[in-house]
Amino acid sequence: MRVAVVGAGPAGVRAVEQLLRAGIEPAWIEEAPDGGGRIYQRPPPGFARSHRALYGADAKRAQALHATLDALKPRTDWRPETLVWNIRPRDGVLDVVTRGTRPGEIRFDALILCTGAMDRIVPVPGWTMPGVTTLGGAQIALKAQGAAIGARPVFVGTGPLLWLAALQYAKAGASPALVLDTTSFLTKLLATPGLLWNTPTFLRGLRYTAALRARGVTIAEDATPLAIEGEGKVAALRWRDSGWREHVAPCDAVALGWGLKPEAQLADLAGVPFRFDAAQHNWVPERDAAGRSPVPGVYLAGDGAGIGGAEVAEHAGARAALALLEDHGRSVDLALRGHLDGRLRTEARFRAALERAFPFPAHLARRMADATILCRCESVTAGELREAARLGAPEVNRAKALSRVGMGRCQGRVCGPPAAEVLSEALGIPVEQAGRLRGQPPVKPLPMPMVAP
Amino acid sequence: MTRADVLIVGGGGAGCAAALFLARRGASVILLERGQVGSQATGVNYGGVRQQGRHPAGIPLARKAREIWSRLPELTGTDAEFDPCGHLKLARSEADEAELLRWNAIAAEHGLVTRMIGRNAIRADHPYFSDQVVAGSLLAEDGCANPRLLSPALARAARSAGATVLENHAVTALSHRSDGFMVEAGGTTFAAPVLLNCAGFWGGQVAAAFDEPVPIQPLHPNMLVTEPLPRFCPHSLGVVGGGLYLRQISRGNVVFGGGRGSGDEEGLVTRPSATATQASMADAVRLIPRLAGAMVIRSWTGTDGTFADHFPVLGPSRTTPGLIHAFGFCGEGFQLGPGVGLVLSELVLDGRSDVPLEAFDIGRFARQDAQQA
Repeated sequence: MRVAVVGAGPAGVRAVEQLLRAGIEPAWIEEAPDGGGRIYQRPPPGFARSHRALYGADAKRAQALHATLDALKPRTDWRPETLVWNIRPRDGVLDVVTRGTRPGEIRFDALILCTGAMDRIVPVPGWTMPGVTTLGGAQIALKAQGAAIGARPVFVGTGPLLWLAALQYAKAGASPALVLDTTSFLTKLLATPGLLWNTPTFLRGLRYTAALRARGVTIAEDATPLAIEGEGKVAALRWRDSGWREHVAPCDAVALGWGLKPEAQLADLAGVPFRFDAAQHNWVPERDAAGRSPVPGVYLAGDGAGIGGAEVAEHAGARAALALLEDHGRSVDLALRGHLDGRLRTEARFRAALERAFPFPAHLARRMADATILCRCESVTAGELREAARLGAPEVNRAKALSRVGMGRCQGRVCGPPAAEVLSEALGIPVEQAGRLRGQPPVKPLPMPMVAP
Repeated sequence: MTRADVLIVGGGGAGCAAALFLARRGASVILLERGQVGSQATGVNYGGVRQQGRHPAGIPLARKAREIWSRLPELTGTDAEFDPCGHLKLARSEADEAELLRWNAIAAEHGLVTRMIGRNAIRADHPYFSDQVVAGSLLAEDGCANPRLLSPALARAARSAGATVLENHAVTALSHRSDGFMVEAGGTTFAAPVLLNCAGFWGGQVAAAFDEPVPIQPLHPNMLVTEPLPRFCPHSLGVVGGGLYLRQISRGNVVFGGGRGSGDEEGLVTRPSATATQASMADAVRLIPRLAGAMVIRSWTGTDGTFADHFPVLGPSRTTPGLIHAFGFCGEGFQLGPGVGLVLSELVLDGRSDVPLEAFDIGRFARQDAQQA
């Protein structure tokens, strides 16, 4: 049986670990030069910062995952720097390109997709200016490259990453000018009982906030970003506090992010149906608790199958591999299976509380000013998308055809969710009825050959 | 039951344009579209507004259609990004060059003005071509448009003119009695004395329902587009023998196609082909070396219908009075759509059109069968 695993983050590592235990040597494909995923992204060779410095409280988990990764790689058909740009599910073929130049095909009988997540953003006027990045991007710059997005950055959004990224910058020597959380303290407080399902993580979140306050960082909750201002590069964030007073925070960089969204285009191309998860406010590929998709032979794990975070991803990766093995007539470690199912159930409760604590501010997207650029690849404004609604687009794919929203380089991975909010508001329908942009190959830009063969 | 003068099945360019031209002349029209207008052949093709290279039998229809393209703003309030940028067809051998000259002589008889560009001139004027290219022929009034915008624009204009355009109305039953046609779609029964079959690939099913099956095959064009690149190419490009077509839109993206995608039996679920994508990328780099390393950001396909003789079916049914066919445009229908709609309106309201349609007669398949037997 030929098994392919796409992704070598926490889910991919633990999936491959179980496959190898059962004697299956998978093809293992990773887009980055090395595994670890975005959460435990490794610095390039030659960088010497310790796990403790890079990953903070997660250092032990990172170290354990890296050790397993390094032990597993040589026992698999390891393909780093390889982009899976298309799936032919009926033929069992992954179309890949390695280092941007070498095309290839990988055949599979079964497939585990561990494709991870990306930041979810809401466009703010000025967000396309140099100096604006996502929270995840800001964190990776620091973690992987030892580079900061600015000396006096502002952090805007909601969710655990907002506080973590700000604190990491503060510890690295930057002076965060402001941490702006769009969620109110009360909303977070009301979610507290559920958050106690994972008490250590909950307490860690409180510590981050306290540490930032102790460093004198301005913190605003229940606040609204109004515009990123500057001439050609970021100079300030204009924002409004919970009492509707306007402020201007001078800064040299802005990091934005409102939680994560699954990177699920490959599941889409594999033919997996999607559903709108109201709690996450995300479209997620359908799967059972073990990670089986409705498409035979296709398994999903980690954030790409619905946001759960790194711990969940490790358990889900292992669990999906066990499901694959069982479905193909292999016996599995029943005690391990039971343990994983138990952990995943508990973690799901924590995740549900986390979503309640840090809700996606759909209203910010829905009220986006007409002049604000919504799709940065194609420079389409919110107003132009509303015009597509007026011309009769009943859902986002037709709106894309009429307005070019989501037609550019990112293929709507960035602007898709806020575009659905704007469209649903314009049409007066629930956001799930506005639909989601269909995946089309290539899932990421595919280079033309350098020399015609 | 909902009655009208004319029922149209299929909301591509031909169907929507027919609805518009019929409604403008006062006919009551209902158009039934399975999904959204322009979702298939009209919406997913390359966007070539091209007369160059057509079979002589199709040139009068293409010329009639070309006149309408210039009138789109007046007819629909939008130009669907129509850009008369010229179609430059490239020769890669002396035989190709002879083929260009041969066609140009035919085109001249139909009043089409072409200009040959020889080896030296094409080097001087178009330095971005590789040495593969030895000559070209430019038909300056050809061009391109945004295929995603045409059908929606025609449908909006048709509605404004009084037509009823019903999307998400898949036809579930078709019949004909002495008093006209009955069509069930979306849970409603529609009736009219005239039925226009503008259903693209699925037009074969409509024809078969009236006892005239046709040997139609699905055609899934494999289309690609790059990220925006510095402007270099003013014309829409083709090559003698086909296989690659390419244009650069004003935003800088290069849209190109070649080869075929794939689809399920019904033609409703389609996807681009990785093999065709890689072949087209290589072909494009061979023709235009500066495209090496450019990023392809999207690929797509859809379903058109095609016939072995490469002619569409356009004209009255041979079995059923009041039924007029217009389907299976063999990958060349985007430019024709508005003209086909006008011809259909003339056939319905005037009983005739000034465009010769003999080559497109549905009866030709029965004759071909008889000859083979």
